[in-house]
Amino acid sequence: MAERKVLDGNEAVAMALRLVRVQVIATYPITPQSPIAEKLADYVADGSLPAKYIRVESEHSALAATIGAQLTGVRACTATSSVGLALMHEVLGVASGCRIPIVMPVVNRSLVSPWSLWCDHQDTMAVRDAGWLQFYAGSNQEVLDGVLMACRIAEDARVLLPAMVCLDGFFLSHASGVVLVPGQAEVDSFLPAYRSLNLHLDPDDPMFVNDLTPPAEFTEMRYQQQLAMQNALTVIPEVEEEFARAFGRRYHLVEGYCLDDAEAVVVTMGSMSGTARYVVDALRSSGRRVGAVQIRTFRPFPGEILRQLLAGRPAVGVVDRSAGMGAEGGPLWTEVKSAMAGVPGCPPPAGFIAGLGGRDIPPATLEKVFGLLLEVAAGQSSAAGNIWIDVGENPLGLREVGI
Amino acid sequence: MSLAIRKETSGLVAHGVSTCAGCGLELAIRVVLNELGPQTIVVIPPGCAALFSGFGRETVLKIPGIQGNLGNTAAYAAGIRAGLEVQGREGITVLGFAGDGATVDIGLQSLSGALERGDHILYVCYDNEAYMNTGIQGSASTPCGAWTTTTPGGKRTGRKDMIRIAVAHDIPYVASASVGYVPDLRRKIRRARDAGGPAYIHIHAPCPVGWRFDPDKTVEVARLAVETHAWVLCEVADGVARLNVAVRKARPVSEYIRLQGRFRGVPAEEIAAAGEEMEKAYRRLLQALGITELEQKGDTGEES
Repeated sequence: MAERKVLDGNEAVAMALRLVRVQVIATYPITPQSPIAEKLADYVADGSLPAKYIRVESEHSALAATIGAQLTGVRACTATSSVGLALMHEVLGVASGCRIPIVMPVVNRSLVSPWSLWCDHQDTMAVRDAGWLQFYAGSNQEVLDGVLMACRIAEDARVLLPAMVCLDGFFLSHASGVVLVPGQAEVDSFLPAYRSLNLHLDPDDPMFVNDLTPPAEFTEMRYQQQLAMQNALTVIPEVEEEFARAFGRRYHLVEGYCLDDAEAVVVTMGSMSGTARYVVDALRSSGRRVGAVQIRTFRPFPGEILRQLLAGRPAVGVVDRSAGMGAEGGPLWTEVKSAMAGVPGCPPPAGFIAGLGGRDIPPATLEKVFGLLLEVAAGQSSAAGNIWIDVGENPLGLREVGI
Repeated sequence: MSLAIRKETSGLVAHGVSTCAGCGLELAIRVVLNELGPQTIVVIPPGCAALFSGFGRETVLKIPGIQGNLGNTAAYAAGIRAGLEVQGREGITVLGFAGDGATVDIGLQSLSGALERGDHILYVCYDNEAYMNTGIQGSASTPCGAWTTTTPGGKRTGRKDMIRIAVAHDIPYVASASVGYVPDLRRKIRRARDAGGPAYIHIHAPCPVGWRFDPDKTVEVARLAVETHAWVLCEVADGVARLNVAVRKARPVSEYIRLQGRFRGVPAEEIAAAGEEMEKAYRRLLQALGITELEQKGDTGEES
């Protein structure tokens, strides 16, 4: 039976990992992920989660230990954030290249420099091509449900890829909300016990994992990963459908809101998506034809669904919570623009950078975004990338500027 | 394409591996794996030992394993052990098998973490005293005075003493070993396997290519290292230190140095200084382990 609880995002992660019965945990603390590491340690200590807890000395070792454990045939996990994810970078490729379906919650936090403890998406965007599935949660319920679904998706024989469940640091990780926590029996019938379908480490069936691979085979092995990503676009909706039948909550790769007659649509990821819906409601009450799209699955990128949702809209704007340094816009904008390129009736989207290093994205910021998009829709303005919509008035007046 | 095995190897390592002639590491891995047996899972980082993990569709080993990253061999091993433990699988040795670069340099943090946590792994470092697989670059294990491609004028500092570092973690078993003393190595591997917790063995494994000596002299060079105090054979089991091969009257270290081209071209006074540094390191280690010269009983190292 589901229980109604008030949980912050980190608690939702920990409960989800207990519900999927992880058997080995390897974590290293980092703000704002630390409560996950602590809570899991509590579960193991109080016996409510029968698992081995490895108190590793770094994130680099955390993921290595997780890989080693899962290769013996158990569901293993770690969780991280920010520079911790950056430190893991080379190990991420071992998990994806060896097709080990580890599910790793990542609490989104900016990267150095300058130092910031707070939320943006640059950490996970920097590893977007590492061969991991990436899901971005918009609420604490999505965090919990996202972990349950990610296990099913990652472990599907057609996929066998690791997955990051991304949640915004502090905005989700440390903010409490009502979460329906399913019962263990319901989760057990949704998610079978872990079974290794591919590579494994077992003296009774020896194999060597992760050999040096010649140029004659490397491309083919990468291609297999790309096919697995494409397969995930089929598997994810199947799992979402099954999840809806089992738990009554329905999710989609991409979530549209008030799109029927929308002329100006904003595309978001993560916790700002709820704010976007709030602003859509407010603008609609004053007669504006606006809508919102939340991308839940960033890898694989759901380009086809976006084309269906966005084709024919006079104005589309993408809000990136990370700066694509040196690019013509943020990474989410680049992907959306690429997906819509050449589609009849699809003008290029406008790209907005907002909410870096913990800056809030309040309704006022998104109202500005919609304001610009409505001008574009009315033909009074043209779209561009790299619109830093919430930058302060005198950015060059701050320290460490050489011009 | 499938390949038939025409003749089974006598051990767990195939015939015809692609190591260089006279490779000290090859001798080490054959001895280590044959002693541990088939109920072993090995973690090998990139490096010379990765020649044994294999290439493409071929592997050289008859036991399961993974090639991890260069700096986290101990962490992979720790995870494997945890996975086995939680499933109640016993009687399996989890072996980390890494070179000096992957151990004393980039892998030191990960190794220290596993030893401190008491993770039940056996970590073996084969020490050929430089990054040999990438082309003889200096490591923290390269001895004072030795030429490498990144110490072209001879290394200015001595070796990082991994034995003292491992001992400082208070683990059940730490030993140094040498491919020149195979019976001693065999005994230590068995002892480490049965230690019931983390165990560390550091094997001196001369490299003809990197040290510049003839490939038929690997064992001779390895033995000379011990006879000149350039290498020490000792062990610390449950806190009790023991010198395994007592060399009371050491031969001049110049005999060891002169056999190797890597010390050639280094000025005589620097070679002398390097020799002094080796002797000092020997004394530092014995002192740290609480072994006084009078107590140096040792054994021949020849027991099987």
